[in-house]
Amino acid sequence: MPDSSQVKDARRCSVECGTPPLRHFSQSSLALPRNSQSLRTFCTEHNMQECLSYIKQEVSLLSLSPFWTELDDDSQLNVVAVLNCMYDLIQLHHRSLRTLENMEMEQLKLSSYVDNLKTNNTHLKEEVELSKRQNTGLLERERQLHLKLKSLQSSLKNEKDEVQKLQNITSSRACQYNHEMKRRERELNKLRERLNQLLADKKERKQTIDLLNNLGRADGKRSLWKTEKTEAKHEEEMYRTLLSDYELRQRELALENKELRKVMQQIKKEMVSILKSRKLALKEEKQELNGMQTASDDEENEVFDSSKESLELFCIHAREKLTNSIRLQWRRLKSHVEKLDSQGVDDVSREEKEEMDRLKLEIQQCKDFIQTQQHLLQRQLSSPIDQDSASLQNDGLMLQEKMRLSEEWKSLEEQRRIFERERRNYTEAAIRLSHERKIFEEDRALWLKQQFLSMSPFGNSNQPHLLKSASALLITETEVGSLNASEMPHECQSVLVSQKSRSVSLTSSSTDDLESALCLIPENGSSEHRKSELFGDFNSLHENVPLRRKQWKESKDLSSHSLSEENSTA
Amino acid sequence: MNFSEVFKQSNQLCKVSPDGKYLATCVQYRLVVRDISTLQILQLYTCLDQVSHMEWSSDSLFILCAMYKRGLVQVWSLEQPDWHCKIDEGSIGLVSSRWSPDGRHILNTTEFHLRITVWSLCTKAVSYIKYPKACQKGIDFSTDGSYMALAERRDCKDCISIFVCDDWHLLRHFETETQDLAGLEWSPNGCVLAVWDSCLEYKVLLYSLDGRLLSTYSAYEWSLGVKSVSWSPSSQFLAIGSYDEKVRILNHITWKKIVQFEHPAVIENTKTVYKEVEKRPAEVRDEFSLHNVTMDSTLFSTQSKYEICSLPVQIPAVKPDPDRANPKIGVSVLAFSSDSRYLATKNGDFQVQSLKWHCNGDSVILLGKEQLCLCYMDTEQEEKLNS
Repeated sequence: MPDSSQVKDARRCSVECGTPPLRHFSQSSLALPRNSQSLRTFCTEHNMQECLSYIKQEVSLLSLSPFWTELDDDSQLNVVAVLNCMYDLIQLHHRSLRTLENMEMEQLKLSSYVDNLKTNNTHLKEEVELSKRQNTGLLERERQLHLKLKSLQSSLKNEKDEVQKLQNITSSRACQYNHEMKRRERELNKLRERLNQLLADKKERKQTIDLLNNLGRADGKRSLWKTEKTEAKHEEEMYRTLLSDYELRQRELALENKELRKVMQQIKKEMVSILKSRKLALKEEKQELNGMQTASDDEENEVFDSSKESLELFCIHAREKLTNSIRLQWRRLKSHVEKLDSQGVDDVSREEKEEMDRLKLEIQQCKDFIQTQQHLLQRQLSSPIDQDSASLQNDGLMLQEKMRLSEEWKSLEEQRRIFERERRNYTEAAIRLSHERKIFEEDRALWLKQQFLSMSPFGNSNQPHLLKSASALLITETEVGSLNASEMPHECQSVLVSQKSRSVSLTSSSTDDLESALCLIPENGSSEHRKSELFGDFNSLHENVPLRRKQWKESKDLSSHSLSEENSTA
Repeated sequence: MNFSEVFKQSNQLCKVSPDGKYLATCVQYRLVVRDISTLQILQLYTCLDQVSHMEWSSDSLFILCAMYKRGLVQVWSLEQPDWHCKIDEGSIGLVSSRWSPDGRHILNTTEFHLRITVWSLCTKAVSYIKYPKACQKGIDFSTDGSYMALAERRDCKDCISIFVCDDWHLLRHFETETQDLAGLEWSPNGCVLAVWDSCLEYKVLLYSLDGRLLSTYSAYEWSLGVKSVSWSPSSQFLAIGSYDEKVRILNHITWKKIVQFEHPAVIENTKTVYKEVEKRPAEVRDEFSLHNVTMDSTLFSTQSKYEICSLPVQIPAVKPDPDRANPKIGVSVLAFSSDSRYLATKNGDFQVQSLKWHCNGDSVILLGKEQLCLCYMDTEQEEKLNS
């Protein structure tokens, strides 16, 4: 549509007028003739009203004085007003141009200012950098100076200390010198006095020696004249002592050297052997250049071993070689040991692990074993529990019985022992008794024989005894007994003693003696009653002879019993 | 331990004869000789004045009694009590007197060390040695008695003369490189002479028997130097004790220091430390004793006993007076045991005057002013003994 395009064009134009670049504005914006055609095309004869209304609108917007009268529909344009309006518009335009110029100026100024500022900024930044660097430099210097200061202070302190020490030394030395000086001065004074005294002293006491008699020399030899020979001898003596001392020392040193060399060789041998073994082990593990080295080492060792044996090792070269080789070996050994240490830790740990595993396995096995054992035991225990509890009780009873039995057994054993003892004693006593009985019988026989032999056909005191045959015998017996009473009691006493029975006094009459003697055997110390019985029976010999004999026999039996009883009671 | 009765003596002159059979004591002007086993008086001699110095001859046959004030020396014989010998030095005076190793010559040093007169008891002959030096130890005889070393000073220089004791023939005479020779000592094997300078300079020189300088040793400069020197009986070691409280030991092959012992104020790394504790009625005074020393209580009025201190032990250090010469610091006494295994040292200001080892090397005797202590060394146990 042409109107819209015209309006558009006008708009575009105004826009173009409003926003062209500042620089070009003065040239292009005012170049109306370029856009004059578009202006003309804005308003044509056809769209006058619209253009007029539009212009009116714009003018009113711009708050210019209206140039139309609104009374008419025909809108008669007030030419003066239009001119005024046009003038206003031109004024406006100028004004806007001026402001535009101003603004451009401002903008230029500002841009230059900004540029200036930018350059300033960069300058200042550079300056800041520079000053920072300077600052760090200065800090560094300051630190160094501080250090220097500290060191200087410490050295100053040292110097001060040294000065102090030197002062002390000088003071002590001065003290010493003064002391020495004083001493010498005193000595000098003494000398002077002495000199004066000597000069003044008329009589000079000479040195004398007063010996009763000359002594012999300590070694008994005669002293020699002092000649060159003696002097030479002295020199010789002196040199001889020195030489002997040197020789002794040299010998000692040589011995020491030998010892040390031996030790060194030993060490070397051992090191070589160790290294060889280690090298073999290493070879197994890894094959490296070590092989080459070991070969060379072995060669060297071999060479040196042979040389060692052949050479005396007194020359410096050999000694050096030995020491160098030892050093080398030692270094190698050290490195090997270090390597092995690092390895060995692993080895050790491995070994430890193995050990631990083994132990764990063992523990496990033992545990299993214990568990099975426990199971079995429980089963065993549980199975009797299923049975009667009486069995348990029985067990208990059995135990008790067992204990009792053992006790009884013990007591029985004891009794057996006692019985044995008694039996032994009894047998001994019986043996003794038999012996004594034998002896007694023998004595009796002897006595009877004697009596019989001594018996004479002519009567005497003994006759009445013989008439009564039975009694005679007995009387003779009694006499015998009386005669032997003295003997008997000894035997009986001994029997007594052996039987540990009470001794009976044998001071009564002959018959009593006999009786007592006869009764001593049955005497058992237990019952006087029996004794009294036996004693009581003695009054009538006749009757009691066989009885007595019987009694004697019985008593003998009794005695044996009593013996046993006695022993049992003992 | 049994004690004999107390015998009188004067001037600490009480000596056992070299053969160990007799004991000689001086009481004022009398000389008493006793048999050592019975302590019976065997001989009694009277001298002309109070005896200042008494010495046995090496063969135990004669005794020398010197009276310095009178300038007299009297010699007595044990075998022949009637025999007498009197040496009068006359107006020249007497400062010291000693036997020669053969027991037949007497060396008298005159006053002001003007000369040494050698009197021969065999021939009544006299020899003179000029310009002997008056120092700490200016004369020394070698162990076998064949040589004598004498320090001399001529023309402001120190020198040493070596004489053959047989006939007093001058064997060697040489200058030493010392500033002020303080002492000399033969090594036990008689081949090396150790010479040391005064305390102002630490310098130890070693000369061989024929006068050659073998080696010089100087541990430090300027501070006070050597205080005491001792050879080991095997001649292998030379121990030097100095004012810096250290002992340095040189070996006889290279004459270089092999070891150095210190005497620190705080003892930390020894085996045992015994401390003598004295209990006096008035005050309690503590005296510290040396390393490896055993102890016991005394029988006398001041009870002192030793107790084992736990390490570390602090030794009381006495600061020496800076204005006085010869300060009482440093290692003053050294003693090697007879097998050269042990070395006993005394450092500082302790009241120990001498240390002597027994010849079998397992006990050492400490002599103090009023007490003495016998110390037995044992690897297993340490026994105690007192006196």
